Amino acid sequence: MGYEAMDHLDQLEAQSVFILREAYRTLKPLAMLWSLGKDSNVMIWLAKKAFLGRVPFPVMHVDTGKKFPEMYKFRDEYAKIWELDLLLGECPPVEEMDPSLPPAARSAARKTAGLSAMIEKNKFQGVIAGIRRDEQGTRAKERVFSPRGASHKWDIRNQPPEFWDQYATPHEEGMHIRVHPLLAWREIDIWRYIQRENIPVVDLYFSKNGKRYRSLGDLDITFPVESHASTLTEIIAELEITKTSERSGRAMDHESEDAFERLRVAGYL
Amino acid sequence: MSENTSSSHKAAHKAATHIVIVGHVDHGKSTLIGRLLHDTGNLQDGKITQIIESSKKRGLKIEWSFLLDSLQIERDQGVTVDSTRMPFRLNEREFVIVDAPGHRQFLRNMITGAADAEAAVLVVDASEGAREQTRRHAMLLHLIGIRHIIVLLNKVDLLDFNQERIHHVQKEVEALLSKLDLKAEVFVPASAWEGDNISQKSNHMPWYAGPTLTEALSQVPLPTPRVDLPLRLPVQDVYRFDNKRYVVGRIERGCVYVGDTLVIGAQKTPARVASIETWHTPPRTSASAGQSIALILEPDVIPDRGDLLHTSQTPPMEASRLKARLFWLRKEPLRVGETFRLRLATAEHTVTVSSILSVVNLDDLTERPDIEVPPEGFAEVILSASGTIQFDPFTPGTTDGRGVLVDRQQRIVGGAPIIGPAEIKIGDKSVHPTLSAITSKDRAKIKGHKGGVFWLTGLSAAGKTTLARAVENYLFTQHVDVCVLDGDTLRAGLCHDLGFSEKDRTENVRRTAEVARLLQDIGHVVLVTLISPLRSDRDLARRIIGDSFKEIFIDADLTLCEQRDPKGLYAAARAGKISHFTGIDAPYEVPSSPALHIQTGHGTIQSHAMKLAKFIEENVLLEDIFCKRP
Repeated sequence: MGYEAMDHLDQLEAQSVFILREAYRTLKPLAMLWSLGKDSNVMIWLAKKAFLGRVPFPVMHVDTGKKFPEMYKFRDEYAKIWELDLLLGECPPVEEMDPSLPPAARSAARKTAGLSAMIEKNKFQGVIAGIRRDEQGTRAKERVFSPRGASHKWDIRNQPPEFWDQYATPHEEGMHIRVHPLLAWREIDIWRYIQRENIPVVDLYFSKNGKRYRSLGDLDITFPVESHASTLTEIIAELEITKTSERSGRAMDHESEDAFERLRVAGYL
Repeated sequence: MSENTSSSHKAAHKAATHIVIVGHVDHGKSTLIGRLLHDTGNLQDGKITQIIESSKKRGLKIEWSFLLDSLQIERDQGVTVDSTRMPFRLNEREFVIVDAPGHRQFLRNMITGAADAEAAVLVVDASEGAREQTRRHAMLLHLIGIRHIIVLLNKVDLLDFNQERIHHVQKEVEALLSKLDLKAEVFVPASAWEGDNISQKSNHMPWYAGPTLTEALSQVPLPTPRVDLPLRLPVQDVYRFDNKRYVVGRIERGCVYVGDTLVIGAQKTPARVASIETWHTPPRTSASAGQSIALILEPDVIPDRGDLLHTSQTPPMEASRLKARLFWLRKEPLRVGETFRLRLATAEHTVTVSSILSVVNLDDLTERPDIEVPPEGFAEVILSASGTIQFDPFTPGTTDGRGVLVDRQQRIVGGAPIIGPAEIKIGDKSVHPTLSAITSKDRAKIKGHKGGVFWLTGLSAAGKTTLARAVENYLFTQHVDVCVLDGDTLRAGLCHDLGFSEKDRTENVRRTAEVARLLQDIGHVVLVTLISPLRSDRDLARRIIGDSFKEIFIDADLTLCEQRDPKGLYAAARAGKISHFTGIDAPYEVPSSPALHIQTGHGTIQSHAMKLAKFIEENVLLEDIFCKRP
């Protein structure tokens, strides 16, 4: 018959392209979040696949002002190369955040506030974000199209049904949909795809002096992990056998049992 | 593309197989999943310690379900709130385990996890046998087309691993499944808690020669690619970039080649595939099922989203009336005459439920006629559209005929696998309600308020009409579109054929509620004044009207009402001149939790009216500054 069987990455790619095209068709105005990390680079790449070489909506970077210098450099370089319509948003100071949150979570909450402000200002009906189910237990319970009410909160107890590729649409003033095209991808899929497609990433992910970053967040609440993986092939080989969690270097996940859940309910990614 | 995409690389990473775990609550789903992940080395470091800590904190011994119940509320209340998915590797094969909650809003969450599964593990507590949710879950597996079913007879340690007793339960589950045309691939007797026959062969059951659960999982066949079936490419969107028009979509089945002539949708325009466009992927001359593609067509026609591209030799079916199975997800029942949008792949059609053929009785899985489909119910219905719908009947293992119903608030309210066209029978009611293109949101914006129905119930002479008229006057001065549907007034016209028997009273309530709903839909604030003495009747009204129904209890005791008796009705009833009079020889059922309770025994009419008016304003006025009323 002359067709080539699809492998796992082909299937993930095709499904993500389908999701991005659904979002572009049904949610207006639409924007994509770019955290400058590996996942959101893959997401931009997938958008270019879906829209034949362009990203036809703004790409937002909600800037905590505390990212690694390498990340800012990467952002400025690739915003040009990829011809992105880049929207920058600021975050309020940590003093304005819920003081009952543990310190790292409280710091991370700034991003939620910054994001909320950008969504409100631009009246976005859809916001595409690069979270994955395998990262964290509460993310495993997410929908591909996840409705957020006017307060931008995630109502975990009342998520709409989602099946047969039919997704939620906004039905109330002020609500928006978080679109998650990478939900079904695992960490190792992301790296295999980066390798297959030659997608650029910040080199903080590669080992220097026996340490590398597995997940990138703010400078002060993100820590490197022990690793000698300094190439894509070595990272993939490491992930094939590792049993530590990807977010082990993200302080806010480990402060208390529910810190991350509280952040997410309030609108964190 | 990098050179890493060799064929050996492709072979190494086959798509993951999705397995949904279902079963009655407390039959041991979560323990099973915990045990499975643990025994096969699929748990991350520290996860066990974390689970032990969380369990201890709540005074439990090791609670496997905490692996999946990641939310605080789930752990505190010991219930699974929403489905979750966990990647899982068995030797070289990748799986995704889908766990769905067994009880609260189970259907909605289970369907979310299960709809794409290739196989299911049905967990049955061998000491309890099949229960209500075992039947429900099996029914759902049947409806969504999952045909590879592994039955895990759990907790067999409670039956002392006795072959005869275990076999007895197996027979019972077999019988249940056969009622649904389902057949289990294998029955695995197991104890998830002890680890018997999960990944290790049990040494308590030498008589059992079948596979362990992990062996059974590795025997789940890989999905057959749908490339050999006739082409179906539903148009997802049409882009115009750089003076080129791209028709995009995902191939649901079959293949497409450059040079093929395709037929576009119901209008049946032919067009040739001039090219398949890609970015950062080698040029293609063909594409097949599962791929999301972009086509350039010749001539440069503009299809609509939802148009089905197919070849002229193998067209889909066409009909304006469809017979469908239904799993109903709304918390209110479904009744004949309701209108929805039917989504079929990327197409959308307005359809009306023109009849409910049968509803499944979940106690014994029999089907019987009924006038409504209850929440979380299963049924067979007929959907009628004004135009032609192109479709393929639902077939397990394909994406054909996967209908989904969406209500006026854009909520997904049901799944409707399409069985086939429905012939019109003599005697069928030909009812085709249509929807206004103006939404209630549009209307509210113009008016500055939403529609709503305030249902005043209470004894005759309790003060319903007096209050309603006073509030009507006030709201009118506030530029609110308000009207009163008064019981007596309606009985003089719309309902003049009705008497006061229970049946007629119910019909009176139904008609009033339908009129109230129509008025509310066009943005009116409706005050209904109707004795409506029966709770079941008021519930009927609530169902017809929906969320905006507010029950207002106008409360005055019988003695007071009898004293007031402005129409002389109590006197007449006492004298036996009228019968079925509420309070005298017919019951009044007091509302159990009215939205507002007004006691007219004391206080002034003025103060009661203001209380009611305020309540109404709180419910209908928009706060948005852009919608300020004049």
